Amino acid sequence: MARIIVITSGKGGVGKTTTSAAFAMGLARKGLKTVVIDFDVGLRNLDLIMGCERRVVYDLVNVIQGEARLSQALIRDKRADHLYVLPASQTRDKDALSMEGIESIFDELKKTFDYIVCDSPAGIEHGAFMAMYHADEAIVVTNPEISSVRDSDRILGLLASKTKRAAEGLEPVKEHLLLTRYSPERVQMGEMLGVEDVQEILALPLIGVIPESQSVLAASNSGVPVVLDEKSDAGQAYADIVARFLGEEIPYKFIDVQKRGIMSRIFGG
Amino acid sequence: MGLFDYFKASRNTATVARDRLNILIAHERAQADQPSYLPALQQDLLDVIRKYVDIGDDDLKLVIDRDDDCEILELNVTLPEAVT
Ligand SMILES: Nc1ncnc2c1ncn2[C@@H]1O[C@H](COP(=O)(O)OP(=O)(O)OP(=O)(O)O)[C@@H](O)[C@H]1O
Ligand SMILES: [Mg+2]
Repeated sequence: MARIIVITSGKGGVGKTTTSAAFAMGLARKGLKTVVIDFDVGLRNLDLIMGCERRVVYDLVNVIQGEARLSQALIRDKRADHLYVLPASQTRDKDALSMEGIESIFDELKKTFDYIVCDSPAGIEHGAFMAMYHADEAIVVTNPEISSVRDSDRILGLLASKTKRAAEGLEPVKEHLLLTRYSPERVQMGEMLGVEDVQEILALPLIGVIPESQSVLAASNSGVPVVLDEKSDAGQAYADIVARFLGEEIPYKFIDVQKRGIMSRIFGG
Repeated sequence: MGLFDYFKASRNTATVARDRLNILIAHERAQADQPSYLPALQQDLLDVIRKYVDIGDDDLKLVIDRDDDCEILELNVTLPEAVT
């Protein structure tokens, strides 16, 4: 049975698209049939992060409006056998996403895929609702920063009340907290909210922590999901998240300050 | 307090952020569960009470509590100290 996972946050720019790309690639590399859908109609970005921007012919809106078949819009990733990308339209606006249209796309995708990953747009408008409505699980991407935490809490309220699972009285959407752009050094200095703080405030199980990392920009520059950069801290952290999601027990990394010389710790070098 | 403690204390904005968030989110969650007529009802009640006593906005508290299967509307009014 296919699982639908929404990557959501409320607040913009916290790392949803970075996470969607890395998470989908990570699942596919485990041999699971995965499709990742860009719901950010009008501001499509997932194609760039996945490095398939020049192969986009048809998009989500074309399929919904009957201008293309789903199979024509799906882009097969060249690095992983089981990974497909469904891009968003760059020219229309989010209202072009109809409830029925999305529903029939999901029905069709469910026949072929194990996991359907939905990259939500920021905000709590139509596009974000469309992305979360059918979700079985949600990864709530949060930065250790006051407005991001507040927006995540808002999104949790919506996941509990405005999704199909809520409407039909089914088991609630399974929620996971993903803390991104985390700096253990700054947490230690008392300059940044720590993992425990955020987890306690939002009362969510933690799926992982992604450190603030230069490798993320390098990965997006080259159109390679950062999880493929196995040497990087962020890449490893995303690989761990995929493993945890699939039920493996993996200790959390990158939460504590790496051991360094005492002098560099005092002077923040 | 040593020099380093001082730096640590003055820089600990994370604690401030955590405390602000705890208060804010508790408040927002409580509000999300409240019926939408509550703010209007609160305003009307304030207006009525103010015909008789001068109270501030914060002196009236209105909350709905849910027990198992009944809802209780709880109204608390703090009256000003009697002038003698
Ligand atoms: N762990 C990280 N370390 C450093 N930079 C990061 C990290 N995660 C994301 N970023 C950077 O933050 C920016 C926003 O990331 P991304 O596009 O994934 O966010 P988003 O939530 O999808 O944004 P939007 O709400 O606009 O869709 C990008 O420039 C990305 O490179
Ligand atoms: Mg995005």
